[in-house]
Amino acid sequence: MHARSVLELSRALRARELSSVELTQHLLARIESMDGALNAFITVTAQQALEQARAADRRIAAGTAHPLTGIPLVHKDIFCTDGVKTSCGSRMLDNFIAPYDATVVERLQAAGMVMLGKTNMDEFAMGSSNETSYYGPVRNPWDHARVPGGSSGGSAAAVAARLSPVATCTDTGGSIRQPASLCGITGIKPTYGRVSRHGMIAFASSLDQGGVMAASAEDAALLLETMAGFDARDSTCVDRPVERYASVLEQDLKGLRIGVPRQHFGEGLAAGVEARVRDALALYESLGARLVEVQLPNTDLSIPAYYVVAPAECSSNLSRFDGVRFGYRADQPVDLDDLYRRSRSEGFGAEVRRRIMIGTYVLSAGYYDAYYLKAQKLRRLISADYSRAFADVDVIMGPTTPDVAFRFGEKGADPVTMYLCDIYTNGVNLAGLPAMSIPVGFSDALPVGLHIVGNYFEEGRLLSIAHAYQRETHWHRQVPEGYA
Amino acid sequence: MMWETVIGLEIHAQLATRSKIFSGAPTAYGAEPNVQACAVDLGLPGVLPVLNAEAVRMAVKFGLAVEARIAPRCVFARKNYFYPDLPKGYQISQYERPIVIGGHVWLELQAGERLRVGITRAHLEEDAGKSVHDAYQGLTGIDLNRAGIPLLEIVSEPDMRNARQAVAYMRKIHSIVRYLGICDGNMQEGSFRCDANVSIRRAGEQALGTRTEIKNLNSFRFVEQAIDFEVERQIEVLESGGRIVQQTRHYDPDRQQTRPMRNKEEANDYRYFPDPDLLPVAVDAAFVAAVRSQLPELAEARMERLVSTFALTREQAGSLTASREVADYFEASVRAGAGNARATANWMMGELSAAMNRCEIDISQVPVSPDALAVIIARIDDGTLSASMAKQVFEAVWNGEGTPQAVIETRGLQQVTDSDAIESIVDRVIAANTDQVAQFRAGKHKVLGFLVGQVMKAAGGALDPKRVNALMREKLGA
Repeated sequence: MHARSVLELSRALRARELSSVELTQHLLARIESMDGALNAFITVTAQQALEQARAADRRIAAGTAHPLTGIPLVHKDIFCTDGVKTSCGSRMLDNFIAPYDATVVERLQAAGMVMLGKTNMDEFAMGSSNETSYYGPVRNPWDHARVPGGSSGGSAAAVAARLSPVATCTDTGGSIRQPASLCGITGIKPTYGRVSRHGMIAFASSLDQGGVMAASAEDAALLLETMAGFDARDSTCVDRPVERYASVLEQDLKGLRIGVPRQHFGEGLAAGVEARVRDALALYESLGARLVEVQLPNTDLSIPAYYVVAPAECSSNLSRFDGVRFGYRADQPVDLDDLYRRSRSEGFGAEVRRRIMIGTYVLSAGYYDAYYLKAQKLRRLISADYSRAFADVDVIMGPTTPDVAFRFGEKGADPVTMYLCDIYTNGVNLAGLPAMSIPVGFSDALPVGLHIVGNYFEEGRLLSIAHAYQRETHWHRQVPEGYA
Repeated sequence: MMWETVIGLEIHAQLATRSKIFSGAPTAYGAEPNVQACAVDLGLPGVLPVLNAEAVRMAVKFGLAVEARIAPRCVFARKNYFYPDLPKGYQISQYERPIVIGGHVWLELQAGERLRVGITRAHLEEDAGKSVHDAYQGLTGIDLNRAGIPLLEIVSEPDMRNARQAVAYMRKIHSIVRYLGICDGNMQEGSFRCDANVSIRRAGEQALGTRTEIKNLNSFRFVEQAIDFEVERQIEVLESGGRIVQQTRHYDPDRQQTRPMRNKEEANDYRYFPDPDLLPVAVDAAFVAAVRSQLPELAEARMERLVSTFALTREQAGSLTASREVADYFEASVRAGAGNARATANWMMGELSAAMNRCEIDISQVPVSPDALAVIIARIDDGTLSASMAKQVFEAVWNGEGTPQAVIETRGLQQVTDSDAIESIVDRVIAANTDQVAQFRAGKHKVLGFLVGQVMKAAGGALDPKRVNALMREKLGA
């Protein structure tokens, strides 16, 4: 049951071969027995899920169902859910019950989806390994000694282990694509402004974007088209109709121009990863696409630019966590300064504190021009690189990450080695472009991801290109041992 | 030593929008604490600001009224600092790119003297909440009803040279925002308040002295008193060989003195940066033109019109147009009556204004309607009422005893205007007071007053004393 695609499940539900309650119970049982080892969930909402499943069954019986009615999903614990703990992976919000639903949650719930729970993540989405979570790291279902990637590691592990058919997630510098790659699943980060950020706890507002993880592009398409679109509660959300992604998947790739950035195949890229990515490119060629070398000369600047812009915004976004109105409050503060100092020191973990300090520094009088303004200039250069490339090609492809999933603690000593995990993905956030990662095989028995970057609002094209590959291959159907 | 004072004001005008600047919560004053604060105002995780277009329209109105430039593109920035009544840990304001740039106003000072005061900029921002220190023993309460209320911060050039000018400027801006209908101007409720930047320098010097900033002055009187005190203090410090420390000061109206709040040197670094949750605001020429076409007539233009249309003096017209509501009352009353504008002006600046002061109310609460005042003036003009009777009628109407006509009738306040009737009373008095008449004829003219008084008394006061006086003189052959 858990190995079936969303479309198959949707058909079975409507044919009454299967009820949403049965499906939900089955997945809750899997979570119960398997998540102890994985730690993909922060909260499992079993009771509520069964109620939603019963409602979905009634709706299916009444003939008013949406294609996603009765399909279970999990939300990254960064999306606010009315009446359910929304921790953002932090001690700071361990006691926070959101009083409202994020737009994404609201829309998927309106479609009749069933929420199984909230998934684990790097604290406030800051991390690439899930090791910064207050709730402990998530394990990679392909190898429990390795990280699932981050920050949406819980969502990625849950989908890879088939504990949920689909998951919501967010991507600020690679937080959807990198864990999707490391866990061997399909993940899409839409164009900035395509999905409402209302109710999505902010890390770096100008980079954050909600997206989808699923086993396949086909499943991701249906979820994305249901949650995307204009929302008056987010001023950065774009008022532009959403394509019916699921209906435009079948496209002929003949004549497709694929840009291959030279800078994404250089030093630091593991040979096994490069080999699988080259295989995938060759398959696209065999489907009629043409490979064109493109230049993204400022790729090296994306990490420094990102690590100024993102911390700057985060230092301000996280100021509201002050122990005054909600969240963690230090015990017995002696005065206001003590309340602030200890609530924030005790409530935030080391990586979050580091980024708040970096961000505070780069915005300080006397440093603003040298860091923040300079980074904004680099950001424009990086965007311009992509614009130039898209003048010649339709999409850009390369590896999602330099290497496969690494071991716990392996990149702990120097934060910069961790930051380099996102070298191919960061620039996309700085430019605001849509991008995906899809599984294209294994290296040392660990999944390898192909990074596909599109032009603005070309989510439909990206999904159809991913779908064309998945029609020809079986990598997206591979399930880690023990989770079949 | 001669000292020159230099003053600039930062005025905070609360914009009269129905909802807050970045949320849908209501802005009404005086609600129970925290009932007018929604998730956005509380700064809950995940919520985002959405700009209230009405606030932008109001800011543009102000900009046009002071002949400023409206920035085609303005940017909201975050001003970061920690305070318990600042829920997000930053205030959304405008920093490098304000919406209104470079305007000015003219002040009418005494003796026809005029002063041009430059307006550096005006920007939109949200208000913070309120810390309540006296409600709980040993605790501070937070009321976030005010958090997110839209403010227009209006920054002047340091163009004022004494407290009187500063007050005149503040009154001018107060009048403008009230005329525009963008601020209720209520200073007790904090809808209109200012910070005063004050420095002194030796007469003739070009460089500005070190300034201090007096925070949160919420009455015209306090502005004047605070500045006067601060100037004296600075002079004393400098003349006794000290130096002025740049600092923020607080004015204590009870002691009539300013006291330091905190030193600017150790002030926060606000780490301003553009708010990534809000797009830059584009204000196009068509929008500006539309707002311009809806601008009401402002005080200056209205004053000129009153002078030319109603032949008022500039002083009268200036006083009547300082407040839009007062001017509205004036014009309504003139329109309702026979158009005796001068008499209306005199009544408003005399009886009406005195009664308002006595009852401590403003024009909107005056119980005598413009129509009623017009009727009273018309009755004076047609000779029905003497001046003193008219005052009685005015007071009776003020006290709710009915319309002017009803009061005139019930009290029988009617001057005897029939000449024959007056003449017969005069004749009777002459006949009855032969002694006094003889004295008058003998040259003791003071006795005329007595005789006129007798006539008035006989008629129950319902006569025009001037007419009686003239008639009496005539009869006595004076």
